[in-house]
Parts: sequence; C-alpha cells; structure tokens
Amino acid sequence: MIQFLLLFSRQGKLRLQKWYTAYPDKVKKKIIRELIATILSRKQKMSSFLEWKDSKIVYKRYASLYFCACIEQEDNELITLEVIHRYVELLDKYFGSVCELDIIFNFEKAYFMWDEFVIGGEIQETSKKNVLKAISDQDMIQEEETPQGFFEDHGLGRNGRKWYNNATIGNILKMVNAVYFF
Amino acid sequence: MQVLEQLENRVVGAFDQLGIKFTPSSQRLRDLIRQIRSARTAAEERAVINKECAQIRDSFRAEDNTWRCRNVAKLLYIYMLGYPAHFGRLECLKLIASNRYTDKRIGYLGAMLLLDEKQDVHLLVTQSLKNDLINSNQYIAGLALCTLGSILSTEMSRDLAVDVEKLIKNSNPYLKKKAILCAIRIIRKVPELMEIYVPSVRNLLNEKNHGVLLGAIGLITEMCIRSPDILTHFRKLVPNLVRVLKNLIMSGYSPDHDVSGISDPFLQVRIIRLLRVLGKNDLESSESMNDILAQLVFLTETSTLAGQAILYELSQTLMSLCTTSSTLRVCTNTETTKNAGNSILHETVLTIMDIKSEPALRVLAVNILGRFLLNQDKNIRYVALNTLLRVVHADLSSIQRHRGTIVECLKDPDVSIKRRAMELCFALINRKNIVEMIDELCNFLQTCEPEFKADCSSNMFIAMEKYAPNKKWHVDQMIRILKSAGNNSRDDIVSSFISLISNTSELQLYTMHQLADMIRDDVTQQPLVQVAAWCIGEYGDQFQSSEYEGKKIDEEDIANLLIKILNYNAGLISTRQYAINALIKLTTRFPVLNEHVQSIMSVYGCNMNLDLQQRAVEYHSVLKNYDNLKDGLYEQMQPFEIKQSYIDEIEDDSYENKNEDEILHEKEKQKEEATKALLIIFGEDSSEVTPNSNEEASRMDPLADIFGNTTPAAKPSTSNVLDSFFGSNEPAAHSQSNDILDIFGSSNTQPEPKTVSAKSGLDDFFGMNSASTQNKSDTVSNSDFLDIFGSSQAKPIQNGHGEQLNGKKESMNVYEKNEVKITFEPCANGKGSSPTQHFIQLKAENLSFSNIVRDFIFSAAAPTSMKLQLSQPDKTNLQPFESLSQTIAVANPNKDKLRLRLKLSYRLNDLSIEEPVFVVNIPFFE
Repeated sequence: MIQFLLLFSRQGKLRLQKWYTAYPDKVKKKIIRELIATILSRKQKMSSFLEWKDSKIVYKRYASLYFCACIEQEDNELITLEVIHRYVELLDKYFGSVCELDIIFNFEKAYFMWDEFVIGGEIQETSKKNVLKAISDQDMIQEEETPQGFFEDHGLGRNGRKWYNNATIGNILKMVNAVYFF
Repeated sequence: MQVLEQLENRVVGAFDQLGIKFTPSSQRLRDLIRQIRSARTAAEERAVINKECAQIRDSFRAEDNTWRCRNVAKLLYIYMLGYPAHFGRLECLKLIASNRYTDKRIGYLGAMLLLDEKQDVHLLVTQSLKNDLINSNQYIAGLALCTLGSILSTEMSRDLAVDVEKLIKNSNPYLKKKAILCAIRIIRKVPELMEIYVPSVRNLLNEKNHGVLLGAIGLITEMCIRSPDILTHFRKLVPNLVRVLKNLIMSGYSPDHDVSGISDPFLQVRIIRLLRVLGKNDLESSESMNDILAQLVFLTETSTLAGQAILYELSQTLMSLCTTSSTLRVCTNTETTKNAGNSILHETVLTIMDIKSEPALRVLAVNILGRFLLNQDKNIRYVALNTLLRVVHADLSSIQRHRGTIVECLKDPDVSIKRRAMELCFALINRKNIVEMIDELCNFLQTCEPEFKADCSSNMFIAMEKYAPNKKWHVDQMIRILKSAGNNSRDDIVSSFISLISNTSELQLYTMHQLADMIRDDVTQQPLVQVAAWCIGEYGDQFQSSEYEGKKIDEEDIANLLIKILNYNAGLISTRQYAINALIKLTTRFPVLNEHVQSIMSVYGCNMNLDLQQRAVEYHSVLKNYDNLKDGLYEQMQPFEIKQSYIDEIEDDSYENKNEDEILHEKEKQKEEATKALLIIFGEDSSEVTPNSNEEASRMDPLADIFGNTTPAAKPSTSNVLDSFFGSNEPAAHSQSNDILDIFGSSNTQPEPKTVSAKSGLDDFFGMNSASTQNKSDTVSNSDFLDIFGSSQAKPIQNGHGEQLNGKKESMNVYEKNEVKITFEPCANGKGSSPTQHFIQLKAENLSFSNIVRDFIFSAAAPTSMKLQLSQPDKTNLQPFESLSQTIAVANPNKDKLRLRLKLSYRLNDLSIEEPVFVVNIPFFE
C-alpha cells in the first residue's frame, strides 16, 4: 500500500501531496521537509529507493519534477516505479504533453487523475483508457452544468488550449523518456 | 482572450440580474497562483496569501455560495504551500452537500486533503458519504468511495462497511473496483469486519475486468494475512489464481493493459504475491503453483521495468515455495536482457524464499538475484542486494557463488548499494576466503566514504579474529586497516589490537618495528598511535635487541617518539594519556631516561588538561622521591586473557549456523572486554565504583570515569586499588600500601583503621580530594600538597565545621508558594556528605487545609561539572498537611560551588503550575 505520495520540484517546492495515513499537519510538514531535503541531495547515479523509518521510499525524477511514494516493507519497489510512471503517462495523455506548469495551475486535475488511478493507496485501474475515460466523463458533467466562461473563470475547466507557455519548461514525460530505460 | 472577457462580463451581468452580489475582488484561481508565483520574497508571498485568506474567510462568513467552490480550490493551493487551511474544513462539507457536480468534486477533494480521522469534523462527512454511495450517478458514488478510501476512521468503517459491501455486489465494475479497495482499507482499520466481505469475494475471481480482479486479489491477500482460518479457506483458490495468471501470460497483446510488452504487470505481481501467501508452509498448494511460476520465470520479458518487477516478486515467491527440480531447469534458461520482467522476477524470488522450498529452488531464486546484480540498472541491483541480505543466513552457500558480483558492488557509486554489499560481504567471509575478502575490503576501506569506515573496520577485525590464517597476517592486516580507517575507527579496534599484540610474544618485535616506522612520520592517525604508544610503553626494551633485520633503536629515539605523540597538540586526550603512561613505564626499562622524563613530567604538571596534569604530577613525584618503588609500580603487564569463546569459534568453522543474537552478544562481550582491558591499563576496575557514586553514569562512560574519577566516597580496599592502578598483582603491593600512604601523607602521624586510611591515602594520592581527610593535621599537610597545583585548586574545608553541622541539622527553605513548601536538609539517613559528594534531603509539604496537590514532579539540574541523581519520590499526590521526601545526590568532583536549577510542577485545583527555582548557597554545604 502506498502510504503517501509527494510531488515536488527541483527547487524543493511541493506540488502535490496525497496522504493515506493520518498525521497531524505539523508531522506532515516535517516529513515533507525531511524527504525533500534527502532526495534532492541524492545524486543521479544513486538508486531510486531509500529506507525511511519502517517504510521504503521510491522516487523518480521526471524533468523538473520529483515523484515520491512511500510504500510498506513488503511492497514491491519496482512495481511502484511502474505505478509512478503510469501516473505520469496518464497526466501526459490528459494535458497533452504535460509540464510542471500544468500541474501547478491545474493541481486539482492532477489530484482527480490520481484518485481515479489509485484508491486508499492501492491501484484501482490498470487500463489507461478506462482512467482517462472516467476523467473526461466527469469533466463533461462539469462542463454541462456550468456555462463555458464561468468555469474557465474558476480555473477548473478543461483547457482547450493552454494560456501559459510551456515550451520553456517542456514535457516531463518526453524529457525523461530519453534517459529512461537506458 | 477577448472572447473570454466578453463571456466573463456576461456571466457577471447574469449574476447581477439574479440579484447575487458579485464581489469583483474575488480573483480567479489561476490569477491567484500567478500572483503567488510572481512574489519575489517569502514575505511578499505571505502578504499575498494573508490578503487572500482574509477575503476567503469573509466570503465564507457571508455564506457566499457562488464563490465557495473557487475559494476552497484556492485554499487547497494555499494549503499546499504550507499555510493553515483549517477554516476551510466546514466549507468542504457544504460543498459536498451541494447538488452541483463541480461543487461535490472540489468538496470531496478538499475533504480528502484537509480532513483525516484525527479530526472530529470528519465524522460529519459520514452521512453525506452514506447518501452519495447510493447516488444513481456512478461518478458521485465513485467520489464518495474514493474519499472513504482516503480518510476513513474506525467509526466510519463500522458505519459504512455494509454499504460498501452492497457496492461490491453492484454490477457496475466502476463502482465494484472502488468498493473492493475501500473494503481493503476497512479491513486494515477494523479486522473483525472481514466477515462481511468473505462471501462476496469468491465470485470476484471470475471477473474479466482487471480493475476488479486486481482489487479482489488485494482483498483476499489482506484477509489471508490477517486470519489463518481464512487463509486455509482460500487455499482452495490456488487453481483459480493459476488460471487467471495463465490467461494473463498466454493471452495475446492487449493494448489496454500492456506495459512495454508485458501483460498487466500490476495484476501479475499481485497474483504472485497472493500465491506466496497461500503457498507458504503448505506443500499441496505449493505443488500446484509450481508450474505456472516456472513458466512465468521462463516467459517473462525482462527487458522492462514492469517485467523486472514481476520477476522480483516471483523470485521472492520461489524462495519460499515447495517445488520440484523441474522448475530449476526452466529457470536457468531464462534470459534477462530487458527490464520490465524483472519486477515480476523479483516477486517470484520473494515467493520462493517464503514458501517451504526445496534447496534447489532456493538456489534458483538466489541465481535470479545474482543475475539482477549484473544488471545495468542501479535500482535492480539495489533490490537484489536487499533481498539477498534478507536471506543470507538461510542460503549462505548458494549466495557464496555470487561473491564476485557482490564484491563488485562495493565499487558502486550509490552509497546504499555499497552499504548493502558491504554487509553482505561480511556475512560471506569464512576461513577459506578470508584473505581474499579482507584484501578486497581493505581496498574498499581506502576509497569509501568516511561514514563506512568505522563499521567496516570493526567488522573486519571481528572477522579476522575468527578466521585469521596466521598471526603475522593478522597483525599485518590490522595495521593496514588502522592505517586506512584512520581516525574513523572505533576504540574497540584499539583494544582488540592491543590484546592481540600482548598475546603474541613472538611477533611483538616485528609489530613494534612496523608501528614505530608508521608513526615516525605521521602521528595524525590517532588509533594507530594509541596502539603504538601502548606497545612502546610495555615492550620498549625489545627495541634494544637486534633480532629484527638488525635494526636497533636506542632509548632516546624511543622516548622521543613518545614525546612527539605527547606534544602533538591536535591529538586526542586519550592518545596523550596513552603516551604519558608509556613514558613513565619506559623509565623502568631504561633508567637512563629518568631525568629526561622527569623534566617532561614537570612541564606537563602545568598542562591545561586536568587529567594530564594530574598524571604528570603523580609520575613526577614518584620519579623524584620514590624511585625505588617505580619498578614494582610500572611493571610490564601480563598478557591479556583471550576469551575462550573466540577460540571455540575458531574451532567451529561454520559461521552459517550462528544466529544473529549470538553474534550480537559476542560483539557486546568483546566491547565489554575491551573496556575492561582499558580499565586495567588505567588502573581502575569498574566493579569498584561504589554504589553511592553515579553508578549508571560510570557504566555508560567508563573512560570518563577512569580519567575523571575522583569520587572520594569510593571505598575500595587499599591494596586493591593500588594494585590495579599500577597493573601489578603481586602480594607485595599490600604491604606497600602503607608506605605509599606514608609517601603522601608524611605528616599523617597516627595510623588509622584500615579502611579509613585507605580512603584518605588515596585521596592524598590523587591530590584532588584532600578535603575529605580526617583531622586537622592532615589538612595542613594537604594544603601543602595542594600548593603543587597552585592553591587555586580548592580551599580545604574545615572539618570541624562540618562536624558541627552534622550535629545540628540545618534546613533551608527553597520554595514557598501556593501553600506548597519545599525545604532542603542534609541527608538524614547517615550518608555523609563531603565536598565532592552531597546528599540533600528534599521535603515538600502541602500546607493548605483543603487543597490536594497532584502530580508533584520535582526535577533538578546542576552545572556540567557535577553529576546529579534524584531518587524516586515516595508519592506524587499530597493530601493536606502531607509531605513527601526525595533524595538528591550530587557528585561534585571539582568541588565547584554547588548551584542547582530546579523545576517544580504540580497541579492545584486542576491548575497546572510550573515554577523554576534557582538555588545557590546551600548553607550546610558552605
């Protein structure tokens, strides 16, 4: 079971957090600070796993973003890496070449995507198609009940086009694919 | 953009018409994010956020339904940046209750982020969840399930377990899979709710939908782990699981579930893990899953991460499985050229390891891991080493075959891989490979990060003690290790080396020359220098013989070596202590050096370090006045006893069967012995620490005690202490004791009873504790003696005064407030206080007529130069007019002015009171 998932940037800014174990906010902050510091200080040639308290941390860097999951002792680290990768692929499909800005400005969508992929720390759906369909269906419901301009206004709508320029940051999936799997 | 603005204007207009007040200041989420991002300093960011939070609060207070959704979304962003967002919790609940899907979606998201089982608010969600779970819109029910899976608590589990079970039976796979995962969470939270789900779970394995299957297998695994009954019940499912797995690997390409050529590795890994749980300790089910696991190892494409994940799981499973050798054949044929198969392979290995397995199969699993070690990908190597480390004691011989690969991993750039490889290497060392392994590890020791060095060198020492082929090699390697580990090595290494040298008289000369050569140019490697100093002190006379390659070192050179060590200011104090001891010992071997050493001692008599100074003064006066005693005092030490258990171990070649406890125990024992050896060297025996002194403290820090122990209350018998002090154990010492007393207490006219005289004599000898002497004439002589150190040391205390005080008890008011009074008294039960050891009786009284003082806790702190001990209070609650007492013992070796910082805490009428008190000038100790 995944105990928590953190997304953070190379500058150490938290981009997403998902907790399946209840901790007080203070402890959460401490854990986040600690892990970000540890992971950022690790060199590229080091493995993606580290032992942390009674759990294992699996992390992977995609361009400027780090994806970091905490799993239990008996969990399979390698498949967790695959889970992270699957999540990135899903985001990439959804945003169409995802970049860090997508996740910053549409953080709620990134959450929706994760929740459609994982529940309570366990994978619920292994088919990419099914996950994406569920998300787009739900987006449709939102669009139908809200006039276009209004929900654009909320910043909650599905962007037909991105108003920010992501050329400078670049697609995190593609950039990693170049170095992924030798 | 123009279109958008028009739209926005239209919307605003529409709201105006509807009579809803439009707050123009409510900015869009994206604008807020942009604004926050453009903040250049943390202060600026805080200002933006505070302003926004204020507006959001206002809007919440105004019950503004229009912007609630947007405000909560903003709040979630702000929360992620680390700012408080608790005031949004109730708003989330309101959004959840809304009919609009957008509201619900954000509301549930907020609930998942802001609420958890620790907050009471989250119980309010339960009713909304219950309603939404039966909503006809599958997405709304899905949201509710997802939220339940995130934040459920024990109460919630009990309330909603049945609702979840209904959804598991639902025909809609979208809800089914989510409900199953919620059930897993519920079982984890409240295992007894398991019963509800048992009946519905069986049929789930016939599902075609992978999501449902995945969840179902997870659920069964969870149940089996938690209940042995259910485990036996589900063992019947093994054929079903095998079928599912077979279908997965045999069915053609399905783009939906494919991960780089592997059909749904997520599902495969889950199934293999369940097989592991089911097959563990069960022959029959193990047999029935044999073939499929073997096939899997054979078929899994291992070029991808997913495949590797599967193989990883497989390897674990195989490790614990009961199978026939046919599997072995298949598995050795497997190609592992790619990556995805490996996670499956890994799982298999884990399974083999867990299931009751034939040795051959375990070999197979180890081989898979061995192959992992050769993999380019560091992650795979890490996983393999980790698993090997877990099974190393069970499968030592098969792992032994991969020793070469493991040793290679010592050169890995990743520290965590290195550390694991190192630990594995130590487990693999045996009599046959010791020379080779120590060689490799020495190379590792030279290049590795400093944090490895202490562990690595200590472990190498232990391994060599067990398996060293001969003494010369052993000594050579020890020197080599100490040289490479440098100052990172631990003290136990020094003592273990010293005891080796003292026991191998045939190699002493050789070792000494080696060491002398080593430290001649470089005294920075402290542990090595310590060993060398000790050896020179003990066996320095051997340098005179020319047996070793005709080399001869004359006594001046030897002494100069020691002086160099002693004068090296950056050296550790303990090293310099070794050196000064060695120097004095050397004078017995070479009387020629007497004067030279004496002059050095007089220089060190003014050293800043108290211990060095004390030693120097003592040695100086021995050299100057009592030369005839010197030989007895500084005699060469007997060889240390080597513990019998080591020898036993050496007989017993197999390290394999030793369990970790024993090894640990051994280490501890060794440490203990090392400490003892040191204690003997420096002339104290830990057993002689009196019960009155801080026994615990002295245990923890024996060295500190050795060098700093001037506790006058110590009452060991004279001969004992003196014997051990000078490292000799001939009976003559006993008769000497009085002489020695005479030496220092020359004005001590009347002989006193033995124990007392021993005490005062000792005190005199150490010079530090003169104040505890028995009569006035002594005091006079002591003050003379003290002049050596400079009279600033401590002023002798008038004993007569002390006696007076003992006759008439004085007490001191420390605290009186809230009708609680605390007084200090000299200890009542006859424990004598001395200037270096104070006993204080604390008395706390409740003076009120009606109030009860509860949870009275008294804590105290003393300056660092003192050690303080506090007895357990006899009670913590004080009824009216009741009192409690507690004893405070303060060891004050430097005879500093007694100062205490006290903290009192107690409860009076349900009011917690904490009071700091500072105590100086305790009258009966002044």
